[in-house]
Amino acid sequence: MSGLAAAYRRFSFLRQLLLAALALALLASLVADVATGPSRFPLADVWRGLVDAASLSPAQAVILWDVRLPYAVMAVFVGASLGLAGAEMQTVLNNPLASPFTLGVSAAATFGASLAIVLGFDLFGLGQHLAIPFLAFLFAAAATLLIQALARSYGATVDTVVLFGIALLFTFEALGWLLQFIADSDALQQIVFWTMGSLARATWPKIAVVATVFAVCLAFSLRQVWVMTALRGGEEQARSFGVAVERLRLIVLLRVSLLAAAALAFVGTIGFVGLVGPHIARLLLGEDHRFFLPGAALAGALMLSLASIASKSLIPGVVLPIGIVTALVGVPLFMALILGRRRRG
Amino acid sequence: MSAGLEVRDLSAGYGAREVLSGLSLPLLPPGTLAAVVGANAAGKSTLLKALAGLRPAQGEVLLDGEDLGRLDLGRRLARVGYLPQLLPQGTALVVYEAVLSALRASRRELAAGDAEAAVERVFDSLSLRPLALRRLDELSGGQRQMVGLAQTMVRDPRLLLLDEPTSALDLRWQLHVLETVRDLTRRHAAVGLIAIHDLNLALRFCDRVIVLGDGCLLAAGAPDEVFDAAVLRRAYGVEGRVERCSLGYRVVLVDRTLETAP
Repeated sequence: MSGLAAAYRRFSFLRQLLLAALALALLASLVADVATGPSRFPLADVWRGLVDAASLSPAQAVILWDVRLPYAVMAVFVGASLGLAGAEMQTVLNNPLASPFTLGVSAAATFGASLAIVLGFDLFGLGQHLAIPFLAFLFAAAATLLIQALARSYGATVDTVVLFGIALLFTFEALGWLLQFIADSDALQQIVFWTMGSLARATWPKIAVVATVFAVCLAFSLRQVWVMTALRGGEEQARSFGVAVERLRLIVLLRVSLLAAAALAFVGTIGFVGLVGPHIARLLLGEDHRFFLPGAALAGALMLSLASIASKSLIPGVVLPIGIVTALVGVPLFMALILGRRRRG
Repeated sequence: MSAGLEVRDLSAGYGAREVLSGLSLPLLPPGTLAAVVGANAAGKSTLLKALAGLRPAQGEVLLDGEDLGRLDLGRRLARVGYLPQLLPQGTALVVYEAVLSALRASRRELAAGDAEAAVERVFDSLSLRPLALRRLDELSGGQRQMVGLAQTMVRDPRLLLLDEPTSALDLRWQLHVLETVRDLTRRHAAVGLIAIHDLNLALRFCDRVIVLGDGCLLAAGAPDEVFDAAVLRRAYGVEGRVERCSLGYRVVLVDRTLETAP
């Protein structure tokens, strides 16, 4: 191996260690999340229940397998999905403030969920608990396809994509308010709860959907790490290396929307993870996407897992909607990151 | 088959607006560095982008006898290195990653060892080793331009197209970048084209000068032969002359602008 390559490998080994440290921190947070909650459930019992479910009392088994674990695992996959989606979006839009919310995906999902609640749509007899995520996903995907179509017609530049996204964001917000205006009090309460974001709707089949979408998207993301890293050097530069920038942008945005829609459809609106997760990864790991993308997914997962613990710990006996906690924790964290960078810069 | 670059009847533009119309250039042999000069909107950048295949164009572009127009963009950009006018963006990438990703993004089939060897060669040839682990957002404009050059050269192109590579640089870096480009072009027996506004740098570093005006060829040839008062008048609408300084370099001196633009 040449001297320069060896020096770089030593340099990148530190990043691999940091990735491993993030993964370990996530594992610790996951365990702590499972052990945290209104009813007492010590770590030793959690471990015993995981390796031998029959050793738990029926009540403990329900708490562990139907409540704590699904909530905690859902937090990890939703956080990872939003972190990955935010990182990819910031790269292809060359904008550190981009996140799945920039394109109005979240607003479209919220509108879809609100529509299902107000109309009492039961997905052809399958029940409203499935109808809400179904319509949330449908509208998020439709918003993405609309942006893709508009961007294809008018040129998929950063400006056009962001402008269309903002236009959709305001449109779906206005439509959402209209639904809230005409909704009865029960429906209004449900809509408000959905928009706060909550892990309380997590079940194993839903986790399987979110985890599958995340795994497939991550696999495709990792196939494009070199072109996305090249894109960070500048759009003109990447084009001169033969990167089909517009095509890459459309593919990545479609993937981002899929990730965000699958995650948000089951847990409601969760902000800041898609924005802050990538910033943490960038600070720790730089912007070589071989490290940056997995790092953003891990940072997003860790952030939401910690938020899940906080949501159960801030007020004893009360589980706060996680969307509230991520916003409350995310805003100061984001400000600290920005101000810290400005001080250094 | 002629070695080097030949351009025949090249037309290119933006949508319905044609910028280059039927441009033909004399053969540029391997090892030649040519300056492309002319007023703003004369078609310099469009010519380079059209040669790189980054703008739709009609006509023939023959590189070592091979018609580049018949190649797909990927194969074309394996032979052609294009350095855009903008400097590489200041990001959290380190220089080694920026250069490696430029190579791996365009040649995904390359084995890791071969890619590392190519990166090592270009770092040595541009004396970039001390910068290898520095972040792009910590570099000066001149250093970033050298990184851009490394990103272009790492693919070992036969045709090197540089769009105003000195426009954002101070005097020292202007000389350094152009000396490097001239050496690389000669050492690799490549053909280099530089779009440039500074005529004195063109006179000093380039083997040929191509003067464009309104998308047409106004003059082409050795620097000593091309620049005279008539060409300066037609290309730039200025009254000027070419003189020799005390060190022996030829310099363009501009006396005044003409009342009618070219």
